[in-house]
Amino acid sequence: MTTTITASAERAAHRETGLQQQRARAAFWFLAPMLLMLFFVAAWPLFRSIMYSFTDATSDTIFNGQSEWVGFENYLTWRVRDNGEIRWRGVLADADWWNAVWNTVRFSFISVALETVLGLLVALVLNSEFRGRGLVRAAILIPWAIPTIVSARMWGWMLNDQFGIINSMLLSVGLIDAPIAWTARPDTAMIAVLIVDVWKTTPFMALLMLAGLQMIPRDMYESARIDGIHPLKVFFRVTLPLLRPALMVAVIFRLLDALRIFDLIYVLTPRSEGTVTMSVLSYLNLQQFGDYGEGSAQSTLLFAIIAIFVALYIWLGRVDLSGERS
Amino acid sequence: MNHKLKAIALRSSALATLAALAASGALAQGVQVTVVSGAVGAAVANFDALVKPWEDRTGNDAVLVPMPASTTDQFGQYRLWLAAQNSDIDLYQTDVIWAPQLAEHFVDMTEAATQAGLIEQNFPSIIESQTVEGKLVAIPIFTDAPALYYRTDLLEKHGAEVPTTWAELTETAQKIQDAERAEGNSEIWGFVWQGNAYEGLTCDALEWIKSNGGGQIVEPDGTISVNNEQAAAALEMARGWVGTISPEGVLAYQEEEARGLWQTGNAVFMRNWPYAYLLGNGDDSAVKGKFDVAPLPMGSGEGAQSAATLGGWNMAVSKYSQHQEAAMDLALYLGSAEAQKQRSLNEGNLPTLPALYEDPEVLEANPYFARWPEVFQQAVPRPSAPTQGDYNETSTLFFTAVHSVISGEEDAADALDDLEADLEDLLED
Amino acid sequence: MAGSSIFWNVMFYVGVVLIVLIAVFPFYYALLSSFETGTQLFIPNFLPQSFDTANYTSVLSGRAFGRSILNSVFVASVTVVAALFLAVTASYALARVRFRGRGLLLMTILGVSMFPQIAVLSGLFELINWLGLYNTPWSLILSYTIFTLPFTVWVLTTFMRDLPVEIEEAAIVDGATPWIIISRVFLPLLWPALVTTGLLAFIGAWNEFLFALTFTVDETRRTVPVAIALLSGASAQEIPWGPIMAASVIVTVPLIVLVLIFQRKIVAGLTAGGVKG
Repeated sequence: MTTTITASAERAAHRETGLQQQRARAAFWFLAPMLLMLFFVAAWPLFRSIMYSFTDATSDTIFNGQSEWVGFENYLTWRVRDNGEIRWRGVLADADWWNAVWNTVRFSFISVALETVLGLLVALVLNSEFRGRGLVRAAILIPWAIPTIVSARMWGWMLNDQFGIINSMLLSVGLIDAPIAWTARPDTAMIAVLIVDVWKTTPFMALLMLAGLQMIPRDMYESARIDGIHPLKVFFRVTLPLLRPALMVAVIFRLLDALRIFDLIYVLTPRSEGTVTMSVLSYLNLQQFGDYGEGSAQSTLLFAIIAIFVALYIWLGRVDLSGERS
Repeated sequence: MNHKLKAIALRSSALATLAALAASGALAQGVQVTVVSGAVGAAVANFDALVKPWEDRTGNDAVLVPMPASTTDQFGQYRLWLAAQNSDIDLYQTDVIWAPQLAEHFVDMTEAATQAGLIEQNFPSIIESQTVEGKLVAIPIFTDAPALYYRTDLLEKHGAEVPTTWAELTETAQKIQDAERAEGNSEIWGFVWQGNAYEGLTCDALEWIKSNGGGQIVEPDGTISVNNEQAAAALEMARGWVGTISPEGVLAYQEEEARGLWQTGNAVFMRNWPYAYLLGNGDDSAVKGKFDVAPLPMGSGEGAQSAATLGGWNMAVSKYSQHQEAAMDLALYLGSAEAQKQRSLNEGNLPTLPALYEDPEVLEANPYFARWPEVFQQAVPRPSAPTQGDYNETSTLFFTAVHSVISGEEDAADALDDLEADLEDLLED
Repeated sequence: MAGSSIFWNVMFYVGVVLIVLIAVFPFYYALLSSFETGTQLFIPNFLPQSFDTANYTSVLSGRAFGRSILNSVFVASVTVVAALFLAVTASYALARVRFRGRGLLLMTILGVSMFPQIAVLSGLFELINWLGLYNTPWSLILSYTIFTLPFTVWVLTTFMRDLPVEIEEAAIVDGATPWIIISRVFLPLLWPALVTTGLLAFIGAWNEFLFALTFTVDETRRTVPVAIALLSGASAQEIPWGPIMAASVIVTVPLIVLVLIFQRKIVAGLTAGGVKG
């Protein structure tokens, strides 16, 4: 920590050295409490989780240290059966796991894409001047404010095939002629999850992007308007580029949450192959089966997958992480 | 009468002990026993009154820590506490399938229960469900078993008998459904049950398979028996219901969705737990006074018999408790006829003691209890005793396989074949 | 020209109404259901059919529900204030001071939020027991920093980086210390970002369930989501729809009030501070 700061301070060299040093010192003291706090809270749990994934820990042995080191067995191992056949086992050889990976990734991409577009639209609407926008802004936040365990059940109720209000709405408008068993069928269960997730998390996106829009200086628009530039052009040339940092950070945190999605799927849909995600499998192993070895291996893999996706996103999206370009 | 006398005798003896304790100054030594339990209905509010006699008698103090009613939330939490050897909690109220999974953290109560006479007073199948390798790990305090709900008015109208086999049920349900729909009752369905992929499907499917002579997934001696033709036939039968006599949505139904259809008058038959009886007879219910219950139907073939999956709750004493003796005493009290009767009167819980089903007071408060001893004769436990710590995974593998069959994704024979291999991997490690 | 502008105006308001309808409809449905009891809950309806406040009285007269709201207010407020305080200073360093390894540091901070919640549960449980915080609100405040801190740090860093260099330089020339720069110069400009992240973090802490269930035991220490989960029907199978809906309405109202209070700040921003300085 200190070394990097002093190292970069050295770079600054001559005349501004005193000022740079003062800033670097301040930076260190400003960063230290946050980093200490985070390290203090997160280091041990994260270390334990990764460590369990290399042991045969169960819920009975996690706290008494009686679990044994098994290397990569939870991830991948094989045994040769009597007839010479090789049987692969472990999370990486588990078809259910890869099915869950595919479900999660598919869900995350579609939901984050939809939420970004809709969130941006909503943010643009909220950013304009109109009567009662305070109330609208509060109303928008409601989906995000209702606890997921409640809203997931509520939607399950509303999506019910026989007494659900969504079906009776669609029937009365004539969009469908027979009620749809949304959550029951594998093909519609994922759609149901997407509908609810988009409903629930678009406000999150919208609010962050609204904050981004609010940070764009008004005079930028003024001068554009005076120059008579078409609003669409203003949007693509001025608004979007300036909004990009806010958009990027919103997408990253949505992506993080989407890839870890658990309670919505767990509550809303049957635990069938169509919707099971990585977090659901990990939850089942850790909380319901007490299999900490396998559950932690799945969590660690999920961590790795998320890290790869975020890194890819930052790289492909040319996110200015270190702030060197500004 | 007899009971009243006993109660009076108890009270006076309690007073005597109290007096004696007070005299010797030992009252202050009463310990505090902490009980965790899912907060269901009035159980939390009634707890103080329920344990009052025990507190008076022993000078101890019983404190209830309520937990969410969701069983998965409770189970995860209890497992963590026990793993951490938490000594704050003395008594755990456990679901029928938990104590065997957590057996090594609980005190053996065989001797205490035998002495208190509870072993011979209980339904044998309930005691069996709480016995792991000869050790009684929890004391039953109330029980639960599903039944077949049927609409008396509709059966009468269409001249049908109460079905005793699944084939009859399928036929009757179809007949009435068709006839009612022809009359314009477009929302009616023949049969509703729990088809969501969750623990409840394990219960439903165990009943189909067991009643069809297909065994009980994993037998008490540990043999994996699920891969057989009769089991496959039972699942194929259930698959045939989806979209014909049961709505397609049944594949996502739990208990409450089934009750929703039933209670709005849109189902001829329903498989559900006793709780739906009282609610179905509520003043606002469309089926009030129009239905009755019977044991679930049976299948065909060798060994076919009606089967009802055993539910219910028990009290287990933590090994890490500082007050094991007091906790055991409280567990025995909560499992006794005295406390079980209070529970039936106040909360409508089904007792685990056959004698209480003949108690006039209990029957007066819950007239429908009279139907249930018959159901308990056919009660079948889920295989949590032979699979122990692997039960949840066994059950998950099982209901996932069943769900893939009834939703038409997989053939029953193939699914059961795969399931057998998975269970071997899991249990024969 | 005038015609088309009226058309777009109408379209705009149609859009607003549509957004509000979609966002609010499930809540409206919850509100309807919260006044219904028994079999009525199973019958879909669009307009109020009954006005039975039984669910509300049963929730509010229930054991410690009011207390759990206070607990949630306390836990979420302290969590957010602490997170914002730590994050504002840290993000100043991360956004405005050049030093090597900033990108790596940001990624590491983000990495903390990449594990599923359930995976860190047992480790946190140990930590909290070891600190003796079990069954106290501090156990929740501590564990919530795992997800609030990375979020607030990242968002504020992003927003702070976008503030023009000229303002800061002007302040430096005037001899302002970094702390003065943060508190006097940047904070007023950052209001929209601060309020937004604060609000989102607040909701996150308000709605958290798993940690709250695991780290508190006493009814008087429970937070709102756990209190809702503690509502029950007469039997284990029955889901008490009416009371759950009533409770959800009750706990959503404070959040709406919060938004209404702070919403002026969400849009204050640069117009108030004046970028040109």
